[in-house]
Amino acid sequence: MPESREPDRVASPVLTARDVRVSLNGRPILHGVGIDVSPGEVVALMGGNGSGKSTLVRALVGAVPLAEGSVTLFDAPATASARARVGYVPQRMSAAGGVAATVDEVVRSGLLGHRRLRGPRDAHVRAKQALDLLGIEDLLWRDVSRLSGGQQQRVLVARALVRRPDLLILDEPMAGVDLHSQVAFAHALGHLKEKGVAVIIVLHELGALARHIDRSVVLEGGRVIHEGAPPEDLGVHAIPGHEHEHAHADPPPLARGDIVLEGPA
Amino acid sequence: MSLLADPLVQRMLLVGLLVGAAAPIVGTYLVQRRMALLGDGIGHVALAGVAAGWLAGSAAGLAQRDALAVPGAVLFAVVGAVIIERMRARGAAADVVMAILFYGGIATGVLLIGAAGGSNANLLGYLFGSISSVGWVDVWITAALAIVIMGVGLGLRGALFAVTHDQEFARSTGLPVEVLNMIVAVLAAVTITVAMRVVGVLLVSALMILPVAIAQRLTASFSRTMYVAMGIGAALTLTGIWITLTQNLQPGALIVVLGVGAYVLVTLVVAARESIRR
Repeated sequence: MPESREPDRVASPVLTARDVRVSLNGRPILHGVGIDVSPGEVVALMGGNGSGKSTLVRALVGAVPLAEGSVTLFDAPATASARARVGYVPQRMSAAGGVAATVDEVVRSGLLGHRRLRGPRDAHVRAKQALDLLGIEDLLWRDVSRLSGGQQQRVLVARALVRRPDLLILDEPMAGVDLHSQVAFAHALGHLKEKGVAVIIVLHELGALARHIDRSVVLEGGRVIHEGAPPEDLGVHAIPGHEHEHAHADPPPLARGDIVLEGPA
Repeated sequence: MSLLADPLVQRMLLVGLLVGAAAPIVGTYLVQRRMALLGDGIGHVALAGVAAGWLAGSAAGLAQRDALAVPGAVLFAVVGAVIIERMRARGAAADVVMAILFYGGIATGVLLIGAAGGSNANLLGYLFGSISSVGWVDVWITAALAIVIMGVGLGLRGALFAVTHDQEFARSTGLPVEVLNMIVAVLAAVTITVAMRVVGVLLVSALMILPVAIAQRLTASFSRTMYVAMGIGAALTLTGIWITLTQNLQPGALIVVLGVGAYVLVTLVVAARESIRR
């Protein structure tokens, strides 16, 4: 099978974004960003705090409106039915809400969508399969708020995977996550890639995922400043310890020039 | 037990059961979204609706001057809930919006009821509940609205859970987030006007939230929290009403005090059990 990241791109793109411009509360955040993703391709979205990574993925999944530009999914406009083929993992510190909920309930909520207000009959089986892929099937009946940060993050990934997506978009899934969860997630990522699932993943460091990344796109100040082969594996940076950098649901105001691409690029 | 043969007692208990079981359904969604105080905000607006209905009733020269009070409350509560939801969706500070509705609702209510020639005594019935004056029409209206709340609140549980649990994820899946949010807000408004009769607008939110707070101590699942809260809500209202049949106590206030007591008790028991296990 030819590598899908080769420039010829025989298969039609999973996602094409052109000249995406987004303003939040009147402040321009993205200044014309373009990105293409092919089937089976894993793209790392990198950049410093406030570079626009989160805003870009939120624009791609339709969580924030575009001021200008376009996003097409599977060679067609990004309609609600096209979004059924997308799995999204928002940037979260916790999978818990105000009321207790079991892992099963949270994961099954991923099966709903446009004109699907109720889950399918095999919802429970699918939830179990998704958790199995991430190595946490034994947590099915546990209250999510009682799980560790890494386990909660894996539950959120499972909630996206239960949709059996053709495109998976993850916003900093490794932030503040224990090494065990990182390894489990890297394993799941390898499996998805084999199955031809395209992945866009916001990362601060490649870490445990490095060998699965085909391409990296680096943002700064709401623009793409680098696109191409990922920087070399920076293994040691996989170790958590940057929690303080991820404590914001929304990126803080522009902090220019602090791209976390340490080491030889 | 001869009390049960009294039609008024039957009506009181029936309304108490329906309201006690229905209110925690919406309460679960509000707690899930960390908007436990929304009910209070809407309740205060409902009071202005009561007064406006009263004023309209007097102006129209109706024999029973408060005949339009409940329809007025439903109308105002729904409009208030829709306004809060719209402001919230636009990113306004929800607490400030609610605070303004609190003050505006209660002050408008007091002014309007005075203008309609009502007295403080009339107002008290709505502020603290008037379960001891329910007629069969009230029972049927309560039953109809309770069925709507249960049908929608339980029937759409999966989708409403998804939206109240993680709105951004729900939007990415293509769920109609705005419509579902609006359903929660309107259900809250309907619940409040139904429960107003039992505990009054000042305590109406307690009937939605307290059973959920208690149930949360007992279960690890969202669905079970909702069902257990419905049972607790029904038990609290029935117990409270039953006690006031023989004791000269205010039913609404008693129900809420019983609820707070149950919450403290359950919290202590659960904590004690956990410390023994360790």
